[in-house]
Amino acid sequence: MNFEMPNFLPAIPEMYLLGMACIVLLVDLFLTDRTRIVTYYLSQATLIGAVILTLGQFGQPTQLTFSDTYILDPMANLLKLFALGATFFVFLYSKDYLRERNMFRGEFFTLGLFGVLGMMILISAHNMLTVYMGLELLSLCMYAMVALQRDNVVASEAAMKYFVLGAMASAMLLYGMSMIYGVTGSLDLAEISRAIGSVNDGNIVLVFGLVFIIVGVAFKLGAVPFHMWVPDVYHGAPTAVTLYISTAPKLAAFAMAMRLLVDGLGGLHAQWQDILILLAILSLAAGNIIAIAQANIKRMLAYSAIAHISFILFGILAGTSNGYSSAMFYAITYVIMGMGGFGIVLLMSRAGFEADKLDDYKGLNERSPWFAFMMLIFMFSMAGMPPFLGFWAKLSVIQALVDVELVWLATVAVVFSVIGAFYYLRIIKLMYFDKPEESAAIESSMDMRVALSTNGLAVLVLGLSPGALMALCVAAIG
Amino acid sequence: MFSDLPLLSLIIWLPIFGGLLVLVNGDDRGLFKSRSLSLVIALATFILSIPLYTQFDSGTHLMQFQELSPWISTFNINYHLGVDGISVPLILLTTFTTVLVVIAGWEVIKFKPSQYMAAFLIMEGLMNGVFASLDSILFYVFWEAMLIPMFIVIGVWGGANRVYATIKFFLYTFLGSVFMLIALIYMYYQADSFAILDFHNLQIGITAQILIFLAFLIAFAVKVPMFPVHTWLPDAHVEAPTGGSVILAAIMLKMGAYGFLRFSLPIVPDASHELDWLMITLSLIAVVYIGFVALAQQDMKKLIAYSSIAHMGFVTLGFFIVYAIYNNTGSYSGAIMGIEGGIVQMISHGLVSGAMFLCVGVMYDRMHSRQIGDYGGVVNTMPIFAAFMVFFAMANAGLPGTSGFVGEFMVILAAFKANFWFAFLAATTLILGAAYTLWMVKRVIFGDVSNDNVAKLTDINNREFLILGVLAVGVLALGIYPAPLLEVMHATVANLVEHIAVSKL
Repeated sequence: MNFEMPNFLPAIPEMYLLGMACIVLLVDLFLTDRTRIVTYYLSQATLIGAVILTLGQFGQPTQLTFSDTYILDPMANLLKLFALGATFFVFLYSKDYLRERNMFRGEFFTLGLFGVLGMMILISAHNMLTVYMGLELLSLCMYAMVALQRDNVVASEAAMKYFVLGAMASAMLLYGMSMIYGVTGSLDLAEISRAIGSVNDGNIVLVFGLVFIIVGVAFKLGAVPFHMWVPDVYHGAPTAVTLYISTAPKLAAFAMAMRLLVDGLGGLHAQWQDILILLAILSLAAGNIIAIAQANIKRMLAYSAIAHISFILFGILAGTSNGYSSAMFYAITYVIMGMGGFGIVLLMSRAGFEADKLDDYKGLNERSPWFAFMMLIFMFSMAGMPPFLGFWAKLSVIQALVDVELVWLATVAVVFSVIGAFYYLRIIKLMYFDKPEESAAIESSMDMRVALSTNGLAVLVLGLSPGALMALCVAAIG
Repeated sequence: MFSDLPLLSLIIWLPIFGGLLVLVNGDDRGLFKSRSLSLVIALATFILSIPLYTQFDSGTHLMQFQELSPWISTFNINYHLGVDGISVPLILLTTFTTVLVVIAGWEVIKFKPSQYMAAFLIMEGLMNGVFASLDSILFYVFWEAMLIPMFIVIGVWGGANRVYATIKFFLYTFLGSVFMLIALIYMYYQADSFAILDFHNLQIGITAQILIFLAFLIAFAVKVPMFPVHTWLPDAHVEAPTGGSVILAAIMLKMGAYGFLRFSLPIVPDASHELDWLMITLSLIAVVYIGFVALAQQDMKKLIAYSSIAHMGFVTLGFFIVYAIYNNTGSYSGAIMGIEGGIVQMISHGLVSGAMFLCVGVMYDRMHSRQIGDYGGVVNTMPIFAAFMVFFAMANAGLPGTSGFVGEFMVILAAFKANFWFAFLAATTLILGAAYTLWMVKRVIFGDVSNDNVAKLTDINNREFLILGVLAVGVLALGIYPAPLLEVMHATVANLVEHIAVSKL
């Protein structure tokens, strides 16, 4: 067996990120709490550098490297860009929160950076082992981040739950992969796709493998009935970590679904379509209905995330490039909106006050009209109201469903969206219609304010001209 | 001088950006007084909308003042605006009413006046957008976005039970519209375009037509509102501040009716024909049954809200008797009269119901009660106001010489050509409308002064006189000489009737 030097160029951003993450880890050792801000700036610089490197790869043709286990294609490029950008905003939003809670340490940022590395590997995976490696790198970082506040009972419980369930899901995924390997004789996604074409339809092992793989994917996405960890982890984790978990990893999970189900098991579309329909409807119904009963905004947003995931599944299960690009558009849109929603929670919280009860939002319009307006934008956008970005995401997914003549599914989707609108409206009701329980103005640093305003205005401006982002997603899927 | 300007874009975006400016300016801390600034913006928008009428070519049914530029190329969605004889009167009604609403809220709104004014200005732009859109997704965006400011207006400045009312209002209308969205996307795949005019020429099978018709029906029937999905309206009206009630009654309800004319009838004429019995039945129930319901109300705003539903029943009746008329007479003229009667009724109802809500608002500002039982003998203390109130009540009851008469008369006349019983039932409104309106006037305005609170009332000030006076002139002008309104719409309506008489099957 002769060893060939692989082409490293497609993985330049990942290698850079790995190197920098190690540097951050080392530098942090020599910092005191007073100079800890250096870690923060270094991490942000790392992310900006990675964004620039990723941008440099824009428009390159699809390339395979590392013995075809690693792929650089337009989809990977766009998703990485948004994952990196989202993490940049996550770090920025988290800074003050972590400081106030004595959690402003290097671990948060290094784990965050390694997590992004895991996402990027997952996004670029072209082999089942690469998928698994990326997934585990990401998951382990997230388990540790949830447990970052080690004296907090709720957080420790959430971390434990997340870890045990996550390990189970990973095991299921591996088991499914082994079955697929048994039938097709390969771990390479393109090879698997080719082999499936020649296997006859009713191969029971193949279908079993598919089911286990879907379990793994559904767990990562947080689709019902594999959603149990989502509310507990979102609720139990420190809000900064919740923000991290709820944003960029969704993009990675979307990529994982695309790589496994479409690139690898595309030939079994007829089988996985039915399964995904079931998962999507259950997620939509359970997410939207249970969210109504929540009194904690982090839990409410967790169930809302479950409902949003179903729209991503709707796009994927359509099984057309139109559907995939709409699912991708939805995932990116969700990340932008979700970041804003949790960003407001972070903005409102201060030392000793988590701002995670719905009642904490009473009368926000009188305390801070501007950020109440931002939250209004996020909430209406999540509810799918035009002219905000969330509407276009829903529109494109619904048109993808109508395109493949799943009009009944589109109808189910919109009806549950209306039910879901209720709990978003309740937040607006609390902010605008109720009297504040305290009159203190919102205190926060300038960079947080600017970033959050940019985030909110982006939802509005992209809502008024969503064409460019949509075209990017369409081009990325090709 | 106006012909080169993109007038439609201006009357949409000027109030929206103006509203944002008012919002940023804040409550009288900034450079301008928020109220004056809002009035200037509302007036400027109104003035800009006048050339739409004066320079309108009423000889053609084609869309005028068109603006077209690509918006979202992935889905072939365009920023396409244009108006015809149906939308021009509605746009004028919108810009006119907003000016009145801004003046009406002048000193009454003390809590966050800049947000109040901004909400109405933004709403004005969005409503103009609804009437001017020629792309269905653009239409949908305006149609839905409009709910947001109204939701805020009712929820923030409304009465005691405002939260229930505004969430009910929002969810009802939201649920209605999402079905329309699916129908639009379905047709997009047939026509490969979201342009409304392309939908008009689409050939669709009867099953699909009926499904599309029902999807539109849910959206528009909620908005009109038609029996049995009308229950949000009395709640919303009762809890809304005066300005909100005026906009709801004068304009928002008209959007449902406008939707029937712009979407349902021309896009799915065969399904409209097939199901016209349903529409006529629901319309007649609205006229007769809701008329009786109005009679029983103790709350003035509720009474006017129910009377609005009954009047809108006339509008939908006028629209959907066209097939019966055409089949009976074989000519277009009766059908044209039915639709034109419906549109005149829309405009007239916009003025009259707006005025009625403003009258209730005038009394509410002084007494903080809407209950009929708390009033009595108001004429003794507020003679000028009483004159206005009685006049508008007469118009609401359809007295000849007021605008209320013209539309009702045309629709009843047209209904006779369709079926005697339609006309008979519709004509009961002349009795019922007079009964509930005049009985309310009798109890509120006439008689002896009933209690101390009424005795302390002061008559309307100049601001209120101005609003009510302008509306009274409008109601009277339209009642005596409706020809300018009919001329604007005639070519468009004639074309619409010819279009829907041709089967698409």
